[in-house]
Amino acid sequence: MVRQKGIISRRYRDLIAERAVLIPAILVSVILIAMVIVFLDKASPIFITQPITTLLFSSSWHPLSGQFGFFPFISGTVWVTLLAMGITIPISILSAVYLAEYAHRRVRGVAQPLIDLLAGIPSVVFGLFGILLIVPLIKEQIAPLAGVNSSGYCVLAGGLVLAIMVFPIVISISYEVIRAVPTEMREAALALGATRWETVKFVVLRKALTGIIAAIILGFSRAFGETMAVLMVVGNVPIVPQSVFDPAYPIPALIANNYGEMMSIPAYDSALMFAALILFVIVVAFNILARIVLVRVYRKGV
Amino acid sequence: MDATESVAPEIRVRDLHVILEKREILKGISVEIPKNRITAIIGPSGCGKSTLLRCINRMIDLVEGASVTGEVLIGNVDALSPGIELTELRRRVGMISQTPNPLPMSIFDNIAFGPRIHGERDSKTLDATVSRCLKTVGLWNEVHERLYDPAAKLSIGQQQRLCLARALAMEPEVLLCDEITSALDPISAKHIESELLAIKNEYTIIFVTHILRQARRIADHVIFLYLGELVESGPAAEIFSSPKDPRTKEYLEGVFG
Repeated sequence: MVRQKGIISRRYRDLIAERAVLIPAILVSVILIAMVIVFLDKASPIFITQPITTLLFSSSWHPLSGQFGFFPFISGTVWVTLLAMGITIPISILSAVYLAEYAHRRVRGVAQPLIDLLAGIPSVVFGLFGILLIVPLIKEQIAPLAGVNSSGYCVLAGGLVLAIMVFPIVISISYEVIRAVPTEMREAALALGATRWETVKFVVLRKALTGIIAAIILGFSRAFGETMAVLMVVGNVPIVPQSVFDPAYPIPALIANNYGEMMSIPAYDSALMFAALILFVIVVAFNILARIVLVRVYRKGV
Repeated sequence: MDATESVAPEIRVRDLHVILEKREILKGISVEIPKNRITAIIGPSGCGKSTLLRCINRMIDLVEGASVTGEVLIGNVDALSPGIELTELRRRVGMISQTPNPLPMSIFDNIAFGPRIHGERDSKTLDATVSRCLKTVGLWNEVHERLYDPAAKLSIGQQQRLCLARALAMEPEVLLCDEITSALDPISAKHIESELLAIKNEYTIIFVTHILRQARRIADHVIFLYLGELVESGPAAEIFSSPKDPRTKEYLEGVFG
C-alpha cells in the first residue's frame, strides 16, 4: 500500500514539474509574439503614408515633411555592427585560445576575472570611455593618418566601442568551450606528431567551433541592439555613411534619442515603432542565419 | 619464443627516473626492448607502466611539473635529449591510448591526419595509405562506403581500431599501446589482439596491460614493474613459467595486484 501511494505521488509530482517548466516556456513565446503584434499595430499608420520599399530604401529622412526613409539608420546599424564584428571575432578567438591553451595557470587566474568584470560594466561607462579616448584618438591620430577629416564621432568609434563591449562575452564563452574540448583529443593529435598550433587549429578549434559560433551569436545579438555606448560616440547624423570615418545613426540610437520628444510630428510615433520592428527583424534574421550555420557545422559531425 | 634473445634491441632505457611533485614515479629503470616483438609491461596499478610508456614518445612533457632524467635510446637517438624534434619522434613512435580518441573529423581525415601534418599532400598517396591502414586493422570492409562520415559515429571497438590504423598511417617503428583494450568489449578486444599479432613482425610493440592472461596470449617479452621499480624482464615464456623474483611470482599467482 505504502509503495503504491509513493508511486502515485511521484507521478503526480512529475506531472506538476512538466507543467511548471512548460508555462514559462509558453510565456516567453507569447511575449515575443505580443511584441511583434504591438509593433505592427503601432507602426501601421506609417505604411499608409509611404510604400514599404520607400521606407526601407529611401535615404531622405525629413519627418517634418512626412518623409521617412530608414536607409541611413539601417545602414548605420549594419556598418557599426559589421565593423565591431570584424574586430571582435579574431581578437576574441585568439585571446580565448591563448588563455585556454597557452597561458600559464597564474595568467589565467588574473585574466579571467578581469574579462568577467569587463562584461559586467554598464554600457554608459564604455560610452564615456569612447568619448574621452577613442573619439579624440580617431580625430587627432587615426583619421589624419588615413588622410581624412573626421570629428571622431563616427562609425569607427561606434564599432570600436561596441567591439570592446562585446568581446568579454565572446572571449568568456569561447574560453569555456575550448576548455571543454577533451584532453584526450589534444593528446591524440600531439601523439601523432602535431605541433601545438596544429593541434589547436585542426582539432581544438574544430571541436569547439559550434560553441564559438554560439558565443559570437550571443555577443552580437547584444551588439545589434546596444544603444547607449554607441549613441554616445557615433555622431547620430542621419546619412548613409560612405566610410568608417563618417558619422552614422544606428536604429537603437534613433529610437532612444527621439521617442517621446518629437510626438508633435504626425506619424513620427509610428515611424519609431517601425524602426523597432526593423531592428527586431534584423536580429531575428541574424539569429536564423547563425542557426543555419550551426546546423551545417553539426552535420559535418564535428 | 627463445628467438627473442637474438633480436637486436630497438629501445634501450637507461637509469630512467621520473619525479612528479616530489614523488618518484619511476626509480631508475634500465631495460631493453627487442625490435619487432610485442613487449608487455605488466604490474599493479600505479606502478609506473603508463609513465614509462609516455617517456618513450615524450608525452610525459604534457604533465606539468614532471622531471625526467636518464636515457631512452630509440635506435641511436635519445628521446629524452632536449634538442630532439618532438614531431619527428612522435612520427616514429606511434601511440594508442586507453580510451579511443578519434579526432573530430571524418574516418578518412583521421587516418590522413598524421601523413598530412608530416607533409604528405598527394591525394593518391593519401587514398592508398588510408585504404592500406584500414585493411591492416580489418576495418576496411566495415567502413569503406562511409569514409567521409564522422569518426565519432563508429562503435567504440571500431574507433579503437581506427586509432590503431591512424598510428600505422605514419609508418612508425614503435607502437605504444596503453591498455588499449580495457574500454572495449571482449570481441573487439580480441580483434585488436589478433591485429597486433599480425603486424608484430614489422613494428616494435610495447603493450601496457593489467590483464595477465592477455600478456600471456600475445607477449613475446615481458617487463614487470612494481612501485616504480623494474623487478624483472625477459622472454615471456621464461617469466611466466619460472619467474626469478619472488614478487613476480606472487603477482603472477594473484597474491597482490
